[in-house]
Amino acid sequence: MIKAILVFNNHGKPRLSKFYQYFPEDMQQQIIKETFQLVSKRDDNVCNFLEGGSLIGGSDYKLIYRHYATLYFVFCVDSSESELGILDLIQVFVETLDKCFENVCELDLIFHVDKVHYILNELVMGGMVLETNMTEILTRIEEQNKLEKQEVGIIAAPARAVSAVKNMNIPQQIKDIKLPDLPQAIKDLKF
Amino acid sequence: MALKKVKCNIERMFDKSLTDLVRGIRNNKENEAKYISQCMEDIKLELRQDNLSVKSNAIAKLTYLQMLGYDISWAGFNIIEVMSSSKFTLKRIGYLAASQSFHCDSELLMLTTNMIRKELNSQNQYEAGLALTSLSCYVSTDLARDLSNDILTLLSSTKPYIRKKAVLMMYKVFLKYPEALRPAFPRLKEKLEDPDPGVQSAAVNVVCELARKNPKNYLSLAPVFFKLMTTSTNNWMLIKIIKLFGALTPLEPRLGKKLIEPLTNLIHSTSAMSLLYECINTVIAVLISISSGMPNHAASIQLCVQKLRILIEDSDQNLKYLGLLAMSKILKTHPKSVQAHKDLVLQCLEDKDESIRLRALDLLYGMVSKKNLMEIVKKLMVHMDKAEGTIYRDELLSKIILICSQNNYQFITNFEWYVTVLVDLAQMEFGSKQGHVISSQLMDVSVRVEAIRPFAVSEMADLLNYYTLNSQFMVMQEVLYAAAYLCGEFSIHLKDPEKVLKLMLSYKPLPQHIEAVFIHNILKLFAHIMEKYELEEQYDEILNLCDLIMNKLQDSLKSIELEVQERSSTCMTIVEIVKEEIELKKQNANKQIIDSDEMDPIKKEKDAGNTLAADLLQLFQGELNPVAPKAQKKVPIPEDLDLDSWINEPIEESESESDAEITENIFVNSERNGGDNKEKYKEPTEEDLRKNREARKHEQLHNPHYLKGNNSFDEDSEKIENIPITDLELNIPLKVPGQKRSDKYLKTKEDKKHKKKSRKKKHKSESSSDENVEAAPTVRREFDMPEGATLSDSDSSRGNENDPHKALNIELDIPSMNDYNEEQKQSADEYKKKKFKKKTEKERKPKKSDKYKKIKNVPPKDGMLVSLDEDLNSKTMEVNDEIIEEKKEIVKEEKKLKKHKKDKKEKKKDKETKTKSKKSTSDYEEPLGISTPSKEFLPVQ
Repeated sequence: MIKAILVFNNHGKPRLSKFYQYFPEDMQQQIIKETFQLVSKRDDNVCNFLEGGSLIGGSDYKLIYRHYATLYFVFCVDSSESELGILDLIQVFVETLDKCFENVCELDLIFHVDKVHYILNELVMGGMVLETNMTEILTRIEEQNKLEKQEVGIIAAPARAVSAVKNMNIPQQIKDIKLPDLPQAIKDLKF
Repeated sequence: MALKKVKCNIERMFDKSLTDLVRGIRNNKENEAKYISQCMEDIKLELRQDNLSVKSNAIAKLTYLQMLGYDISWAGFNIIEVMSSSKFTLKRIGYLAASQSFHCDSELLMLTTNMIRKELNSQNQYEAGLALTSLSCYVSTDLARDLSNDILTLLSSTKPYIRKKAVLMMYKVFLKYPEALRPAFPRLKEKLEDPDPGVQSAAVNVVCELARKNPKNYLSLAPVFFKLMTTSTNNWMLIKIIKLFGALTPLEPRLGKKLIEPLTNLIHSTSAMSLLYECINTVIAVLISISSGMPNHAASIQLCVQKLRILIEDSDQNLKYLGLLAMSKILKTHPKSVQAHKDLVLQCLEDKDESIRLRALDLLYGMVSKKNLMEIVKKLMVHMDKAEGTIYRDELLSKIILICSQNNYQFITNFEWYVTVLVDLAQMEFGSKQGHVISSQLMDVSVRVEAIRPFAVSEMADLLNYYTLNSQFMVMQEVLYAAAYLCGEFSIHLKDPEKVLKLMLSYKPLPQHIEAVFIHNILKLFAHIMEKYELEEQYDEILNLCDLIMNKLQDSLKSIELEVQERSSTCMTIVEIVKEEIELKKQNANKQIIDSDEMDPIKKEKDAGNTLAADLLQLFQGELNPVAPKAQKKVPIPEDLDLDSWINEPIEESESESDAEITENIFVNSERNGGDNKEKYKEPTEEDLRKNREARKHEQLHNPHYLKGNNSFDEDSEKIENIPITDLELNIPLKVPGQKRSDKYLKTKEDKKHKKKSRKKKHKSESSSDENVEAAPTVRREFDMPEGATLSDSDSSRGNENDPHKALNIELDIPSMNDYNEEQKQSADEYKKKKFKKKTEKERKPKKSDKYKKIKNVPPKDGMLVSLDEDLNSKTMEVNDEIIEEKKEIVKEEKKLKKHKKDKKEKKKDKETKTKSKKSTSDYEEPLGISTPSKEFLPVQ
């Protein structure tokens, strides 16, 4: 069984937390904190297994994690799961995210936590591995997205327009417009 | 209507979306809490609106805030509202929020039963799937009971997506509602052979989880799994099956024998490391379960060890780690085959990865022998110097001690060396708990190994010397506990006791338990020194010491700690008495010298035998024995001790007592009690006291709790004489800077090899079985134990009562009948009703117990009520008993009916497995699928 799946960045900010056993919110935060402290002090070239922290699990539990650029993906599992299998599962999870978000980066996870949850739900259900075949996972996600699109089309059009405007972030864009360096431009004008 | 919609939409334009919230939080890093509390207010406003899409937006934001640690349980009702939306998009948001924030004790879950049932039966597979996924996170006992049938029907859905999820969901249902397991089990079994590989894999997963906790109920499935294992190509499933077999083999050795061959085939053929590793693990489990009677099992072990060696030598740290982990499993049963790879393990100790070093340390335990112990410990000591981080250091320390002390110091040939190692260790930095470990180890060695005491005591004296001389403290304080104790207890072995006493007297403020030991042992030392001086009649020296001690103790008398205060005041008084007596003696001696130069030699001898010091020493006499760890538990409970009976008879509350009597009691009570008291507490006469004392002495004689000083001491002293003492070559250890003192024993060991022949002659009686190894001093192995108890008695293991898997321990081989099911349902319904009754009673119960307390003190006024309550209780008890009996009868009948069939079936199964195993070896396919864990880094910006 998988007890918890945590994703946080290099500074310990949670990006996704999924507990398959109930913990109150403050406890969840403590677990994330502790796990981050355990994981973050390890070099990249050491093994990916850790005997569990004190808050979550116990002797039977292991932390299995992978570190991708700015993000840590940590699975807390018991002895019924294969260690290498879970490592592969993390890989499948990240590759699926990469396919869904097209070159996934931390920002995608920050702004679309809900979507990440939906993707994770197609891999793991109630702490048990549901599906490991990536094409199968992707088709399921696609079909559900289609369902959403059909519904959303009419209702949310205005809201989307607003958010599109908000997204434009006009003042910043004005700042970002690069004008050619004038003196240089003048110099370049050769008669 | 349309207008209203448009209006709503326009209003929505100004609501914050989830993206806005996230952006806002990122922009307000300085006052995040304030910003979020503001957002919370907005969300609360949004939740009050009628529009569901507004609500869903608010809930989506709440889900995000939940991740940041905010409690959102207050919005539970709104979440359910959003879940009930007809739009998939909104529903999704609601179910996600539910799965993140609900838990099985939420009272709100009652409201969701029908909604989820509707969802499960939905035509759209994704809606049903959504409900299943969400439900799996918070299913409660009630939900499990009410929905189990709906989920069961989903098992035969036409869509594999639903079947897959329903199978996994069933496991969660079983955990909460174990009664569902029996009717569902045949269906689950069918799913093991589902045409869809995903469903199959899910079913295997569920059975594995079930079998992990109660393996014996699933042995009958072994043939199915065996077939799956030899035909499947899905690595995920194979891993699960192989793990499952690992759990089953200890119960059925025949299964293990059959497994060996296909598993070794897999080991040879597979390219997937994860599968290879699990195969090795299960082969190890099989080999452990059938430790004898296998012709070629040495070959299998060899194969495992070889493959593990390849894993450990791999550059991938993960494989290395797992390889060591599996190695340690083999170590338990086949230490010899692992010992061959000692080089590898030692190499792993040098690894830069801490987890790997820790695993290698575990293995080291089985690697040591008398010959290599010193070398290995020396290596570990070098590591200790280099190691950063206290966790690893602490682990190293405890491993060194574990390795050396295992099996009553079996591998230690030179205890001097071991004591120096411990002293070296004492001068390093550790976590707070480690000092205690070293100090108890020092005491243990010195108490149990007689021969080492002189050396240990001199080392301890040196330690005390360091401690007092250096202002900067090099030694762990806890070790001083051992130092003080050993110097005091074995003061006979001290070379210069007076110096040590002075060292001990110059202690600085210490933790209370250490300071107390210091004071106590100062007294012991003092008694020892005094004995010498008194015989030599150097009374002035004694008086000086008395003053010294009393001066020091003045400070300790003022200590805040009670223990220290008490000890020091006791010590003070004793020293004061001694001082007075000695002064008297001194005067007498002076007088005698003046009076007459001729002394009566007989009288003098009398005095010598009757010295004050001898009296004082008597306080500390007696041999100390190590006490076995379980000794206290083994003390038999006396026959006449009945812990259940009342010590004071409780006031009776029988129904026969009439109200009149009760009311009478109220008034008479106090007088009566007074009268009783007078009668009871008569002054005991002299004779009574004597009788009591005799009885007590007699009891003590037969009571194992009491230490019987004289008898045991005599026996021990006899034993001590029998123990051969090895000659110690005491060249006083010199401290060479930069080199561990313990290192020199490695050299002396080599020297000794040359001398061995001569030494052997000396100690012929002791020649040990290990020929190359010099004889070690004897270690006392006996423990103080109460009569009739043995060490080997194991504690009965107590299972965790809260474990949900306990309830799942259902014998599934007994086939379920339809009639039985119906009856069960009925009885279950009845049971529910009664449960409800009981519940209402439970609510009353606390009141009753309150009353009960009052009754104990005050004569019962409301006896009627109490009896009523009791009546109710006994009735429900009866009813429950009836139900249980009914059930038992049903099961009995069934067993009789089905016994014949079962027997036949089993025979059939056996035949099947035999034929299958023959087939399987031939049509085995090489599995494809998961590769070894890849290490690519995704392009992340």
